[in-house]
Parts: sequence; structure tokens; C-alpha cells
Amino acid sequence: MACPPPPPQFVLRGAQSAVNTLHFSCSNKADGPPLLFSGSLSGLVHVWNLQTRRVDATLDGHAGQSVYWVKTLGDQHLLLSQGRDLKLCLWDLAEGRNAPVDSLSLDSVGFCKGSVLSEGTQGSWLLAVPGKGMDEVRVLDMPSKTSVCTLKPAAGAKAGMPMCLELWQPACGPCPLLLVGYEDGSLMLWNVAERRALSRLSCHQEPVMSLGFDPRKAKGLSGSSEKALRVWSLDEQQNLKVCRTQELTNPGIADIAIRPDGKIVATAGWDHRIRLFGWKQLKPLAVLDYHSAAVHCVAFSDAGRPSEQLLASGSKDQRISVWSVYNQP
Amino acid sequence: MDPEVSEVRHTVQEALHTLSSSRDGIQISKALTSMKLYLNGVQNTVLPREREEFCKIYFSTFLRCLVNKLSPDWLELLPTGQLEELWDSFFLEGPADQAFLVLMESIIVIAGPSYRLMKMAQVLTKFLKMGRLAELMWEMCQQQVPRGSSLLQETLLNKVVCLPDHLSNQMKEQSPSLFFPQNYFPLLGEEIIQVLQRISDSLRGGLDCSISFLSQIVAKVCIHGRQKEILGVLVPRLMELTQADCIWQRLSWRLVESVPDRGMEAVVSGLIQEASEAKVLSQLLGNLVMKNKKAQFVVTRKFLLLQYRYPTEVLQNLLGYLALDSHRRTLLLQVLKDLLETWGSSSVVKHSPVEQQFYVSKAILICLSHLKESEIEHIREELLTSMMGGVQCHIESSLPQVRHLGMIVAETISSRIHSEGPHLKFQYEENKLTRELLSLVNLKPADASSPASGFPAVPASVIQPSSLSPEGKAHREEEKDKGSASDLDSDDEFVPYDMSRDKELKSTKAPVYIRDCLEALTTSEDVERWEVTLQVLESLIKRSPAATKEVSKELAKVLLHLEEKTSMEGFEMLRQRALVAVTVTDPIQVAQYLTSQFYAMNYSLRQRMDILDVLVLAAQELSSPKSLEEAKILGPSRPDIQLLPAPQTPSLNKVPSEDWRKIVEERIKNKTRRFGKGPSRTDTANGPNKFNSVVGYFFFPLIERFDRPLVTFDLLGDDSLVLGRLVHTVGILMYFAINTTAAVPMGKTLLEFVWALRFHTDAYVRQGLLYSISSVLWSVPAERLLGDLTDELLETRSWLAVVAENDPDEDCRKLAMQALLLMEKLKDKLQIVGS
Repeated sequence: MACPPPPPQFVLRGAQSAVNTLHFSCSNKADGPPLLFSGSLSGLVHVWNLQTRRVDATLDGHAGQSVYWVKTLGDQHLLLSQGRDLKLCLWDLAEGRNAPVDSLSLDSVGFCKGSVLSEGTQGSWLLAVPGKGMDEVRVLDMPSKTSVCTLKPAAGAKAGMPMCLELWQPACGPCPLLLVGYEDGSLMLWNVAERRALSRLSCHQEPVMSLGFDPRKAKGLSGSSEKALRVWSLDEQQNLKVCRTQELTNPGIADIAIRPDGKIVATAGWDHRIRLFGWKQLKPLAVLDYHSAAVHCVAFSDAGRPSEQLLASGSKDQRISVWSVYNQP
Repeated sequence: MDPEVSEVRHTVQEALHTLSSSRDGIQISKALTSMKLYLNGVQNTVLPREREEFCKIYFSTFLRCLVNKLSPDWLELLPTGQLEELWDSFFLEGPADQAFLVLMESIIVIAGPSYRLMKMAQVLTKFLKMGRLAELMWEMCQQQVPRGSSLLQETLLNKVVCLPDHLSNQMKEQSPSLFFPQNYFPLLGEEIIQVLQRISDSLRGGLDCSISFLSQIVAKVCIHGRQKEILGVLVPRLMELTQADCIWQRLSWRLVESVPDRGMEAVVSGLIQEASEAKVLSQLLGNLVMKNKKAQFVVTRKFLLLQYRYPTEVLQNLLGYLALDSHRRTLLLQVLKDLLETWGSSSVVKHSPVEQQFYVSKAILICLSHLKESEIEHIREELLTSMMGGVQCHIESSLPQVRHLGMIVAETISSRIHSEGPHLKFQYEENKLTRELLSLVNLKPADASSPASGFPAVPASVIQPSSLSPEGKAHREEEKDKGSASDLDSDDEFVPYDMSRDKELKSTKAPVYIRDCLEALTTSEDVERWEVTLQVLESLIKRSPAATKEVSKELAKVLLHLEEKTSMEGFEMLRQRALVAVTVTDPIQVAQYLTSQFYAMNYSLRQRMDILDVLVLAAQELSSPKSLEEAKILGPSRPDIQLLPAPQTPSLNKVPSEDWRKIVEERIKNKTRRFGKGPSRTDTANGPNKFNSVVGYFFFPLIERFDRPLVTFDLLGDDSLVLGRLVHTVGILMYFAINTTAAVPMGKTLLEFVWALRFHTDAYVRQGLLYSISSVLWSVPAERLLGDLTDELLETRSWLAVVAENDPDEDCRKLAMQALLLMEKLKDKLQIVGS
């Protein structure tokens, strides 16, 4: 008989509000201890020190409005956070500072998280955020905040609001591509430079809640409020097509994360559980049952050594659980 | 008197005289040579008439004389074995029948091993090796049945067939291996083929021959039980020869047809068993079954209805043979009707062994697979009627195998009657028996006799295998799925964790108090709340025994009457566990309630059986020395109602699977020697037997009212299944009562109960009774058994002996044997104590 799943390695308490988003920052050993950033419903961003397992700093920049996306840029010091106050804040945390250095006002009131592409020229990076129009996505060049383009589906497409974004640079081409999951359950692949849609795939009946994409395999997966995960792939002609469907026991996938080594996928379920799958064949590996309310987000650490790869999940029950699974090299 | 004839006579007499009186080698040799002229002399020296006369009248006398003279020094009268050679030649070259008879005769009369015996056996060996037997049979076949020679024929027949017996009687272990039956009869078979070859040649030449002697030989050999040896040679050879040649074909039919009546059965059954496929049988037997009553009886009744020891292939060959020819198909229909009549007869279902019923069912399925649509059309009504009757009495049976037989046969019949539209469909689990039967359903006859017959596809064959095992199908699909991905691209490097707890999320909160549960189960309209309640009920009961005791009876009542509102997974098991937990928590109250309800009105049989199950499980838990918490999870109750959670009696092999580990550990412990100092530590759990004080409440109310029928519930009548369960239950309770004070009165009551039911017709009830006896022997202390229960024990013992010998059910016989063994052991134990 199979072993029972392991318990969490440790649990971070003290967010004092539902945890909406998580982001690891552990790559630069020299700069400091590994950190975990979390954004909460109360509008605070917590910076957790993973060595002491305590809060290092609390950032308050969204006027008490829920923070639903945090992301570091390049090194640990630059942090992006997106909140319900229609603001995207840029923080520089070096030397203990804790005030936003810059902010960008957003036009969309949706829950769509942004996406950044920081590869390329030093200091500048691309940011995709939901745009002003209902179904638009805006791509900006940062930090100059100049608009690169606005991507809007054709008039008759009826795609609805964008729900999740993924900006990435293909290995074979110079121009960045953007994957967008829409409210009607369809996925669209955009060429940012040419501002045109390359492919569209309707893969869910319900709005796409989350997506994950692995550029190395040209393969991704998406979840919605249904009881199924879809895996799809991108062929040479940049067409999206469905590879397989993984049925789930309970409906609702809030977040998806692919481990940096491309071996494991984790999903955050509305059913309080984290599910782990093998990324190659989507073989179900484990169901981690710790939280007592819906899990909002999952994140994998970007640590170099396999034995140090961590999985964190944040839940409505105000806890962040940190797991160490499938770490044997 | 004819001068030539008298000359022959004169010569022979002279030679005989010489032989008997002379010790001169040359003289003797001369006399013998003169005799030999009559056998194979040149044409002009001996007239044919003289030769014939010699052969007919004097030859055997002469041979006898030769035998009498046989001794080592007599043969040495002439040097270099000339005389011996001459002596042998008379036997090997003269008329085979007489030579053979004289040889056999003289071998039989010789007392004890001697030189003469060895010499005769040697000659006989040569005789056989030279193929003289074929000569002998050929001679008999040529004679146009002369009336007078029937005696000779009879004698020859006897001697030919019984040769191995005679030889081994005389020679004991010195008998040459050629005379062993396993060597002799194949030789005989070869010789018969030789003779048949000659007969076919002579038939082609326009000469008439009789084959009946050969038939008689074959028949007699078969009657002697040597079918395998002789037919093993004959069948393949005949198969080869009859393939292309119509004379051979007729010859082989004739060979079987001329078999005398008393040998017919042996020959036909031998052929049926020896034939490798239906076509062979058809070629060898032809339409014999239509012509010969005896053969018909053997094929249509004896093989199918009276015996049941043959393997399935034999059945397939037999029925395939009937189906191969249009004339015989009428017989096939008749056979099917007879089989169905037997299958559908309730008395057969009740009284014949399961193996035979299995055999008959197989035959029915094979028959059905051979029938064409048009033929089924004709007998549709009859099929329907017999199916209806049959399926009812099968399903009523309390033995699961019998029920399965009924279900599968009925399904097949219904799918054949109505090739379109809905079929009967039963639920049964897959096991060895059902698989074997279903494989017969899906069988296609090897090839239909005429290409025009156009055998219709059996619809059942398409539907059943897939519908039988959805899991299997899913599994296959999964494998196919896996097959498409390359090995490199698999997630096998990660071992999955246990995901069995990944259930659907329930939004309702589980109740925390027993009284809430009661309320939720009785009044709640909220299905989810109801399900959640049932899921937590067992653990709640165990956690709060005091609160449970306050409402134990109501709770038991609610649970007993609980019906499955939704198709909830594991409903039966949850309900049962909860009931068991209640019973364990408050044994007296609840056991009293349950046992009284067992005989109450307005319960379904299912509920009554549930009561029995709960009592047994509760008794097990109470009597086990482990504490309640440790003993909790009993594993899923199995759907098979035959499987009661039986106790771990070593004498019974019905061990519940949960306990296998314990048993293995115990065995290892017994076989392992440990060396150590100081007192050995015992780590077995111990505590007071909680069952001791309450066992009476479980046992006596159950047993005292079985003979009072209610309107809806008649234990001694139709509801023998429940009676069987009741008997098993009291047996198990008896077993758990070991080491309790109530064991002795319980044993006494139980033995009386068994005595009252001992001639019950249902095998399942009898099994229960036998099991109960075993548990009485096991649980009641030996001294008390002999002291208080002597009379009952003696009665029981004689009944056990009868059952062990005569019961039609195999399990009953085994159980009776086990009980008898237990009794023997008991006796030994008492003797040891006494001495």
C-alpha cells in the first residue's frame, strides 16, 4: 500500500487574513536569507524569512485593499505588488526600506494577475496587465511605463474578461508571446510584437481561473471552476491543441504552479487540498490535505539544489503551509 | 473310406508314433519334415484336399503332441538347434487360429514357471511379432459366418483379448513386456488396422468379408476397460484413412455398427473420450446414434444426464457431433429439451450435487451455441417456459454457485430467444465458475456442417464480457493510454502517495452529539447531513459510551430500519458498523431488542440477516481480548452473503482476511525457538471477557423460536436461506462463548437444535449444523461434554458418520469429517488426562 502523504514541513501563521498570493525568492544566497512574499486580503504584503520562519517585514501600500499578486524582479530588492485599489506598486526593499518607489494605476477592476517578462535588456522589462476595455490586455515597457500595445480580441469573439496571463519568450523567436485565459473558458495566444492573435482554443466551459505554461516543453495546463484540468500544447505553427484532460474529485482550481525543474505540477483547490501531478503524463502523485479552507495559491521555490525545493500554499484559513515533497534527487 | 484321406491319416499317425516313442533325432526330424510338407510343400507332392484335411482335422492334435514332447534334452537330439527351429516353424507357419489356441491352451495348463512355459512364451512372442494375429483375424473375417464355428470364434475372441491376463497369471513378474496390456493392446490395434486394410483391398476386388469379428474384439477390449490403449491407436489411424476414401469410411462405420449390444456403451464412450474434435467423432460414428438405441442412450442420456465426470472438451465434442449432421440435429433439440427439463427441476436443484448441475449447465450452453436462429424459433415457447421455471428454483437456492448457474443460463437463453430487445441481466461477481461458463457462451462452433447454415452471431457474446467487468475494461483503456506514450516520457520516477482519502468535499458539518445523530437520521431532509451523520456515527458511539447507553435502543431501532436514501458509497457497511458499535456499547439492551426483532413481524429477510450479522460481529468484538479501540476497523463487509465473518477456528478454513496476519505471526511464533533468561514476557492483550456476562442474551432468544412460523416468515419452510444463516450464527456465537460459564447449557441446547434439523434438505443449512457441532466440540470443556452431554454426543457422532459418507454435498462431507476428527482429538485428550 502507498504511504500516507507527508505533513507540511512547517506552517507560517500570522498573516491574519486570507493569503491570496505567494512568491519565493531564494536564488541569491549571498544577498540574504531565502524569503517568501505573501499578499493578503487585508492589503498587506508580508516578507517571510524562511530561516527564522518569521515575518521580516510588512509592507502596506494598497490602502487596505486586497493584494492579489506579488512578484520579485531580478533580485530580491525589487518587488511588484498588485492590489484591488487599482494600483501596481514597485518596491525597493534594499537596506530595510519599506515604502513603494513607484506605482502604476490600473484600469481593470477584475482579479486578473499581471505577468512580467524580465529577460532581455538590463533594467527594462515587459509587463502585461488587464487593460481599460473589458476584454483588453495592456502590455507596457517598464519602468518607463510606455505602452507597447493593447491586445483586444476580434469584435465577434465574445471572449469576456481576461482571467489570467502568462508572458514568455519563445526560444526560437525574438518576439515575446502572451497566453491569456478568458472568461468564456478559452485560451488565446498573442504575438506581442505583431499585436495579433496566433491561436485560440476553447478548453473550459467555465472561466479559466489559472494557467501554467512550460516553454521548454511548449506545453501548459489550465484549471477552471470545473472538475477537470486541461493539458494543452503548442505546435510549431503556434497552434494550441488539447492533449489530455485530468478529472478531479472536487471542482475548482485557484492556482497552478509548475516546479522549475519541470517535473511536478501543483494545483490549489477550492476543496482545501493541494494536488501534485507528474508533469510529463499528469500522473496523480499526491493529495496534500492540510488547510481547512479553500487554497488560494501555490508556489514553488526557485532554489538551485533539488533537495531544497519547497512548495508553499496559501489559503483562506490565513495560513501558509510549506512542504518538502519529491525532493530526493 | 477315401484312399487319400486315409493316407493322410496314416502318415500323421505314423509321425505321432515316431514322435512319442523315438529318441533318435534323425528319425524325428524326418517325421516332422514329412508333416511339414502338408503345410507348405510344393504343389505337386501334396494335393490341396490333403492339405485342407490335415489343417482341419489333424493339425491341432499334432501340435499338442509337439507341445508334450517339448523338453530341453529332446530338442538337443539334433545338433545346432535344427529340431527347435523345426518345432517353432509349425506354430509360426501353420494355420494361425489353431496354433494360437494350442499355444494359449498349453500356457494356461502349465503349472508354475518352467522351461516349457518360457519356451511357449517365447514362441508366442515371435508369433505376435510376426503379425500372426492379423493373419488369425483375417482368417476369421473370411469365413462366411459358419454356424458351427461360433464356438471357435468365441474361444478365439476370449483368448485374444485376455492374453495379457493369462500370461501374467502364469508368468507372474517374469512376463515379457510385450504382454503388458499397455503394449499388447496398441499392438492389437495395429493388427486390426492391418486386417482392415486387407478387407478394404478385398472389397475393392469384389470379395465379401465380414467385419464382425473385429468389432467383437474391439468391443471386448473396451468392456475390459482398455479403451484408451486400443482406441488410442485406432482412432488416429482410422481418421487418417477415412479422410479421403469412402470405402474406408463405410468400413469404419460398419466396424462400430457391428459391435454387439453389450459392448456398444464401452466402445461409444471410449470413442467419445478419445476423439479430439467433433468432426472426428462424426467421421467415426456416422449416424450410429440414429440407428442404434443403445448408442443413442449412451450419447443422449448417459453422457449428459447420468454422469458428470467428463471434461468440458468431451461435452463440446459430443454436442458438436450431434450438431454436425442435419439428421442428428433433431436429436440435439431433444437433448436440449431433456437438459432443460433437468436443469429446471426443483428437485434436481435441491438434491443433486453442485458439480452435476454445473455439468448440465455447461451442456445447455454448448447446445445453445450450436442452435440456429430458425431452430430456436421453433422451440421458443418451450425455452421460455423452462427458463422461467428453472431460473426461479435456481435463484431460490441458498448456495451461491447454484444461483450463478441459474443466472448465467437464463441470461444466455433469453439472449438467444430475443436476439433483439432487452435481455435478462443479473448481477453476479466474476469467479472461476462464471468465467468458465461465460467462455462457453462466447464459443463459436468450430465450423458449421454446411456453409449455408450461416450461424448467427450470438448477441450475448458481444454484450457480456464487456458488461461483466467495467473495471477490467477501464484498466485496459488505461493501458492503451499508457502504451501511446514513450517510456522516456513517463512520471514513473515518482511514487504516488496514498490518495484514498481524496473524497468529495461535503459542505455540511457533522453532528457532534449522539442525540443530534438520532434526529438527523430520522427527520433530516438534508441528504448531505444524513450521509455525514452516518459516516461519523460509529466513532461518536465509541467516543461517548455513556451518552449512547441512554438512547441505545432507539438508536438500534433507527439504524435497523434505516433505508438507503441516496446511492451512498459504503452505506451497508457504515450502518452495520454503527449497529455493531451500539451493540458492543450496550450489549444487554440492544441484543435483547435485536433478538426479539428477529422473530417479529414485518421485517424483510435482508433485515433479519442484518440482525444476525450484527450479533455475530458484536460477539466477536466483545469476546476478543483487545480493547474496543484496537479492535475497531473490521474491513469492508463482503457482498457475498455466504461469507460470514467466521471465527479463527483452526479446524475451519474460513478465516477472515483481516486476521491472516495474526495467524501467520502466531505460526511463526510457534515454530521459532527463543533462548532467554528470566520469565518470558507476554505481550498479548488481556482483560476480562466481556462476552461472558451477556452471551445468554445473544444466544438463547435466537434459538428458541425457530419452529413457530409467522405469516411472512417461515424458517422451516421457504426461508431456508435465513435458517441457514441463523444456524451459522448460533454456531459462531457458540464458538465465541469459549471459556464462558454459559458454554455448557448453550452446547446442550445447540446439540438439541441440530438434532431437530439434521435432515434438512438445504445443503446450506446442513453446513451450518455441521459447523455448529464443531464449535460445540471446540467451546465446551471436554470433561463437561462427556459428563453432561454423553447421549447427545453419541447420537451426533452416528449422524456425522452417515453425513461424511452419504451426503450429496461435498462441503457437508468435509465439514462432517472435520467434526469427526475433532471428536477423535477430544477422545485422545481425555485418555491422556485419564492415564
